[in-house]
Amino acid sequence: MIYFDNSATTKPYKEVVDEVVDCLTNSFGNPSSAHRLGIDAEKKLNTARERVAKLLNAEPYEIYFTSGGTEANNTVLKGLLKKGDHVITSSIEHKSVKEALKQLEEEGVEVTYLKVDRDGIVDLKELENSIKDNTRLVTIMYVNNEIGSIQPVEDIVRIVRNKSKKARIHFDAVQAFGKIKIDVKKLDVDFLSLSAHKIHGPKGVGALFVRKDLKLKSLLTGGGQEKDLRSGTENVPGISGFGVAAYIAYNHIEENMKKVKDIKRYFIERLSEIQDVRINSPQDDKHIDNILSVSFLGVRGEVLLHALEDYEIYVSTGSACSAKRVGQNYVLPAIGLNQREVEGTIRFSFSHMNELEEVDKTIDVLKSLLKILRRVKK
Amino acid sequence: MEKRFVYMDHAATTYVKPEVLEAMMPYFTENFGNPSSVYTFSRKSKKAIEEAREKVAKALNALPDEIFFTGGGSEADNWAIKGVAFANRDKGNHIITTKIEHHAVLHACEYLEKIGFEITYLDVDEYGMVNIDELKKAITDRTILITIMFANNEIGTIQPIAEIGKIARERGIIFHTDAVQAVGNVKIDVKEMNIDLLSLAAHKFYGPKGVGALYIRKGVKIDNLIHGGGQEKGKRAGTENLPGIVGLGKAIELATQDIDGHNERIKKLRDRLLNGIMEKIPYTRLNGHPEKRLPGNINVSFKFIEGESLLLLLDQFGICASTGSACSSGSLDPSHVLLAIGLPHEIAHGSLRLTLGDLNTEEDVDYVLSVLPNIVQRLREMSPLYEKFIKGEI
Repeated sequence: MIYFDNSATTKPYKEVVDEVVDCLTNSFGNPSSAHRLGIDAEKKLNTARERVAKLLNAEPYEIYFTSGGTEANNTVLKGLLKKGDHVITSSIEHKSVKEALKQLEEEGVEVTYLKVDRDGIVDLKELENSIKDNTRLVTIMYVNNEIGSIQPVEDIVRIVRNKSKKARIHFDAVQAFGKIKIDVKKLDVDFLSLSAHKIHGPKGVGALFVRKDLKLKSLLTGGGQEKDLRSGTENVPGISGFGVAAYIAYNHIEENMKKVKDIKRYFIERLSEIQDVRINSPQDDKHIDNILSVSFLGVRGEVLLHALEDYEIYVSTGSACSAKRVGQNYVLPAIGLNQREVEGTIRFSFSHMNELEEVDKTIDVLKSLLKILRRVKK
Repeated sequence: MEKRFVYMDHAATTYVKPEVLEAMMPYFTENFGNPSSVYTFSRKSKKAIEEAREKVAKALNALPDEIFFTGGGSEADNWAIKGVAFANRDKGNHIITTKIEHHAVLHACEYLEKIGFEITYLDVDEYGMVNIDELKKAITDRTILITIMFANNEIGTIQPIAEIGKIARERGIIFHTDAVQAVGNVKIDVKEMNIDLLSLAAHKFYGPKGVGALYIRKGVKIDNLIHGGGQEKGKRAGTENLPGIVGLGKAIELATQDIDGHNERIKKLRDRLLNGIMEKIPYTRLNGHPEKRLPGNINVSFKFIEGESLLLLLDQFGICASTGSACSSGSLDPSHVLLAIGLPHEIAHGSLRLTLGDLNTEEDVDYVLSVLPNIVQRLREMSPLYEKFIKGEI
């Protein structure tokens, strides 16, 4: 099996699975309980919180665990914005931001959608000009999940801080976390969304960084866990597994990203052997190295995806969340792809668990498949 | 008696059964695909989720299409209450609940109250039971939702859910029940009981933490709580907690396959423990209903002492128990449930909850009975209130 869909989800590390199992069977207490099993579980939470915080150079008390990246994004947007507020975002956000904003728009929140250029980068001038007196939030994804574009986050922060005291800044860092070194103190960001299962951690757990002294209205009220921001018995196995994944990522971020960089470089190099190909996420400092978006002209992406599947090569056309709704892709048109290019797009997303030889095999299969599929299409 | 480790806090959370863990394992390791991906590798993930959904549906006598997975019981409660309130605003703004709900329900209601909804918090009697006549009287033509918990997490009282469901259905009011404590302990039939929405959490019936479900009867109007990708038929966004959901499915299947047998066994142990406590420890009050209560639940108040000190001493003897609900254990306020059933503050403070589970044995019960009376006696001897009482001053 060749798994090139690591932006959809990743295989949990063995260490993560061991930790999850340990929490499910031994440290199974409710962290809110006053007895030894409760205290045990609470310790697990604290360790995980410290580990995730360390990876961001945050304080442990600035980390709030959620059921995933989607909930983290929803928590920021719905917890901060109210009727009459203005929010600035980009036109290529993940659905969890896009759909939450759509809901808020119906409730009277004003939304500005920034255009992106052909690299998928927001226009900083447009951002600056969009900031108004009632701008309460700028929410932009750090790294795009389909084309891997990396936003100039430092510039965004600088512009927003210069122009507004009231506007808060949120980056959906689900695709960036564990791949790019993020220092929340240096970056001076207010909120950051994270997800465990994109960094070889378990599914069903994520986190939200909330800069100290900032308050959000809670999306889930109840028992008052997570300092009253997110009620519900803590998913101790998931959170502890997340901590282990963050710990491993922290210790290996450079070597892992180097490996992924080599894989992407080699993949692009070998793609030159195939005709009528458009690389949507070139290897440069504007695009992350673990995502390679390619349009194969003259073939439908879904057809190619399923054909690759017969060789146990797993890729995706866009993001997994919208995989089933063909024709609804909004990211690729936003960077200027025409219909034909959108249709033929495949996303290869890598992890350090991949090998260069897998690229060779994939290119060979692609060559033979495209020969047949492109002929059929004509 | 020799010191042993006794876990009697199953209402706070349970261990995960080996069969449940076994069912989950492949979805951490080999079948880790994102259920939303379209290739065959992920179809196993998708299929596993649908199988879990069928199991939950079967346990409740619902349709698989009516089951939606969440991040836990609190999320299910928040979703049910806020989602119904917002989606049905055009029909009315009145919601009926009780004073003894879990905080996930109470705080959701309080939030709605702040933004213009009207909430009736029904009183309960000394056993924690809702009065059906009072419920009927509380209903107005603006009532859009009745939310009443199936069984209470602190005192174990089981409400007349079928009766409430019938009333709600007749009046065309949506009925939600927080069944987090009931699943596996009480037979639930959402059709027969006329339940429109029901919340549950896996970690209360030997499944994993971080996963729950909301049953939403077909046709009930409800807004989303979490927006994003199209997971859970567009109703609950976020990559599915695949192993968690598989674990929930297995756990509910196991928990509901022999409820009578389970109850008989647990009740026998519970009654042995309860009778022992009442016999050996004077000035003790049983909280909750004598019969209509969860099979594993004991909630007692020992006069003249503090529940917190009792817990610490029990823990030293290897016994895990709680005062009230786990969620509020950090709080110094007495339990809202115990106050609602009429306990004065000082007695509410001296309460202990022991909740039995599948691995508890007669030896566990006898061990607790050998330890608890002495601890209570020791604490009473240090209590100025007790001294006054003995001297006949109060």
